[in-house]
Amino acid sequence: MSGPQGIGAPVKRKEDRRFLLGKGQYTDDILLPNQTYAVFVRSQHAHAKINKIDATAAKAVPGVLAVLTGDDVAAAQLGGIPCGWLVKSKDGSNMVEPPHPALVQGTARHVGDPIVMVVADSKAAAKAAAALVEIDYDVLPAAGRLADAIKPGAPVVWPDAKNNVCFDWHIGDPAATDAAFKKAAHVVELELSNNRVAPNAMEPRAANGSYDGANDHFTLYTTSQNPHLTRLLLAAFTLHVPEHKLRIIAPDVGGGFGSKIFHYAEELLVLWASKRIGRPVKWTSDRSEAFISDAHGRDHLSKAQLALDANHKFLGLRVHTYANMGAYLSTFAPAVPTYLYATLLSGPYDFPAIYAEVKAVFTNTVAVDAYRGAGRPEASYLLERLVSHAARQLKIDPIELRRKNLIKTDQFPYQTQVALQYDIGDYQSTLDMALEAIDYKGFPARRKATEAKGKLRGIGISTYIEACGIAPSALVGALGARAGLYEAATVRVHPTGSVTVMTGTHSHGQGHETAFAQLINERLGVAIENVEIVHGDTDRIPFGMGTYGSRSLAVGGSAIYKAVDKIVDKGKKIAAHLLEANVSDIEFKDGNYRVVGTDRVKAFGEVAFAAYVPHNYPIDSVEPGLEENAFYDPKNFTFPGGTHLVEVEIDPETGVVEVADVAIADDVGVIVNPMIVDGQAHGGLAQGIGQALFEEAIYDEAGQLVNGSFLNYVMPRAADLPNFKVGNHVTACTHNPIGVKGVGEVGAIGVPPAVINAVLDALAPLGVTDISMPATPEKVWRAIQQAKGA
Amino acid sequence: MAVLTLRVNRQTHTIDVPATTLLVEALRDTLRLTGTHVGCDTSQCGACTVHVDGRSVKSCTMLAVEAAGAEITTIEGMADGDRLHPMQAAFQEHHGLQCGFCTPGMVMSATDLCTRNPNPSEGDVRHWLEGNLCRCTGYHNIVKAVRAGGEGMKGAK
Repeated sequence: MSGPQGIGAPVKRKEDRRFLLGKGQYTDDILLPNQTYAVFVRSQHAHAKINKIDATAAKAVPGVLAVLTGDDVAAAQLGGIPCGWLVKSKDGSNMVEPPHPALVQGTARHVGDPIVMVVADSKAAAKAAAALVEIDYDVLPAAGRLADAIKPGAPVVWPDAKNNVCFDWHIGDPAATDAAFKKAAHVVELELSNNRVAPNAMEPRAANGSYDGANDHFTLYTTSQNPHLTRLLLAAFTLHVPEHKLRIIAPDVGGGFGSKIFHYAEELLVLWASKRIGRPVKWTSDRSEAFISDAHGRDHLSKAQLALDANHKFLGLRVHTYANMGAYLSTFAPAVPTYLYATLLSGPYDFPAIYAEVKAVFTNTVAVDAYRGAGRPEASYLLERLVSHAARQLKIDPIELRRKNLIKTDQFPYQTQVALQYDIGDYQSTLDMALEAIDYKGFPARRKATEAKGKLRGIGISTYIEACGIAPSALVGALGARAGLYEAATVRVHPTGSVTVMTGTHSHGQGHETAFAQLINERLGVAIENVEIVHGDTDRIPFGMGTYGSRSLAVGGSAIYKAVDKIVDKGKKIAAHLLEANVSDIEFKDGNYRVVGTDRVKAFGEVAFAAYVPHNYPIDSVEPGLEENAFYDPKNFTFPGGTHLVEVEIDPETGVVEVADVAIADDVGVIVNPMIVDGQAHGGLAQGIGQALFEEAIYDEAGQLVNGSFLNYVMPRAADLPNFKVGNHVTACTHNPIGVKGVGEVGAIGVPPAVINAVLDALAPLGVTDISMPATPEKVWRAIQQAKGA
Repeated sequence: MAVLTLRVNRQTHTIDVPATTLLVEALRDTLRLTGTHVGCDTSQCGACTVHVDGRSVKSCTMLAVEAAGAEITTIEGMADGDRLHPMQAAFQEHHGLQCGFCTPGMVMSATDLCTRNPNPSEGDVRHWLEGNLCRCTGYHNIVKAVRAGGEGMKGAK
């Protein structure tokens, strides 16, 4: 072991080597014996009745093994793709939950809706055959955009959903909020849109299903963030095969960002088709296909009102939001604009009254579900735009307005008006740190220097909060979750003292193989080289809920800690026997069991060996072996927060926004590996800046995705981004044993409003007061021209 | 079908593939060198970048037959036995990778840059990586890694 490897050590990642050598094993890299290939024929129309499918020519292509349609799915009685969360409307009625067959039955409801599955010997044959499938459509009117779907008389996506409303939900106290607005000295209002984005993990989704007839057993390799959840849904809802007959493996996964949480039809269909044809079936998405079949993120239209007293103290907040669900309800979709959005609307502020209404709306588009941040970026964007807007309207400093209203350190635990109880935080300190890091005092001089070049400069702020590690199970169950949200771990100590940890979380870039090994090093003193972290295989891991919502360390890490507690306790009994002492006199520290106050010591490795070679062993009271399971159900969410500051330079001639500087200070709780934490922040910032300046999945009124490729969907590139100044101020989470909160989403949540606030700060001298995301050069240029003309 | 001889990572392979086979398909599907990845279908993402006669090329933009006779290097051919190439080592040292999917293309592209320009500025690196998309790192640590890798390559010569 070279140097410290426990909590706080920036050790290099264990998983890097295989990736750097080109030896990663992603789903599409896996080739099974007798492999066949699936290609899907997808709807070209946003809304269309299917009159006839003619597969004669397709079936005649050499190498074609099966051409399957919705009729075959119905005949096989495959279950529809389920939704994992039930949200109820204000009146107590259940959300409208439309059927979601794996292949279209009767009517296609978005561009990309899968209609026909072609399986062939080679991918080329499958593609050629798919191109020959003839589908006779009756094109129906489509609700392609959220703004259109909510209009009276809009095309109807589902007959059961009147006015396309899936649910009409609310939270908070309307009477108290009305009263707050009545006594307000100032009320400011803002209309906002939160742009629809495509997740675009660099690895497209893929699934390789294999049926073993001899043992009546299915194996699925899939690009999943949560293989156990996929197994549960396949077993209980879609494939109807019990769990012990299903093995789900999510091998190396090339990024997820939420889009690989959900159970997708292709996972079911490759397994089903494999049993039908008796050979493994692999499907790998093209990027163009990913744009129209992966769940998208965001897509809100909101109105927000803020009430303040004469001293600029916040009195109340009123929010009305329309949230796009797409055509079908994806796994977590209803939870995103409700329990992951409106519950965050208090932000880091002391709000006496809040009332929020959310109408979820069906459109003829691919599903909208969790994308990095999931609901929380929508909340922070709304609130932080609104607060900066208020500062501008009231002609006060946006920093001072925030300072006045931030929850103070002595107010924790802080109960918000929208259900959450924040356990701990220190928002003033992160604000001060970020201001220092960006040299806030020096901004006027920098603005002057920029103006001397004929450009505009602005600075924008966001003081955000988020909630991670969604929990506890009993609470989320009461809120409509159809699963628990605990995590599981097995810690297996081997006879010679090395350790294997099986975790129900899944690493697809987050570095769990390193950070979780650091937890073992911290607790047991075992070098991380002697610790293996196993994830992503339902046959090797007892159970798990996977990785999303920045939950892995806070929930999965805590499960590991709990299992380690049991290991340590069992080891004490063994050590007491070996040291001929009472168990109560044994302490475990720095990898050694010691009789308190003596030099009588047994190393952890010696105790592990004794557990497996129990020659001299308390066999009457302690079982041999050293392996423990634990399930950890969190007591509360964790609440990371902080301040993000952004400076932009704008060329008024072209409208191009350059991100000149980004300085952030986050409180993500105890930091296990600062190198990984910084990296997570960087990635989130890139996605947040991407949403603010570049990215938007644009549907036209007919429901066609206008920019479904990397040629015209603008992904942030290296030259679009600056270096990031990242700082941390730690308050330890009070209710999990490690004190961690979560870092995966902070950038995507905190930075978009800071970017737009900076753009508006730069444009304010010209009279521009509003701009929507993404602030593209065209949009900025037009805003400038419009302000000039006004 | 076309019978062609590909020289990949200092080994010679004779393969029989349809004439329309892309270089990336020959590498991944025929030679099973799956370290070269496919992240898009419009030659934008750069995950499939390899070296053809020492120059970085997106292997989805080239037919396998066009690469016949050339010296092709993929990510699998970069390390010297157990010893990582300096660019690979720099990516690990500077946490220039997270999910690892764009990484092979990044490494191949970056080594070409540093061969052409041994002292790239931060701006040079960011500009050069125009054709390589990463969704995880925000590029911050990739840029650091590339410059450090360039330094390392000088020492290795």
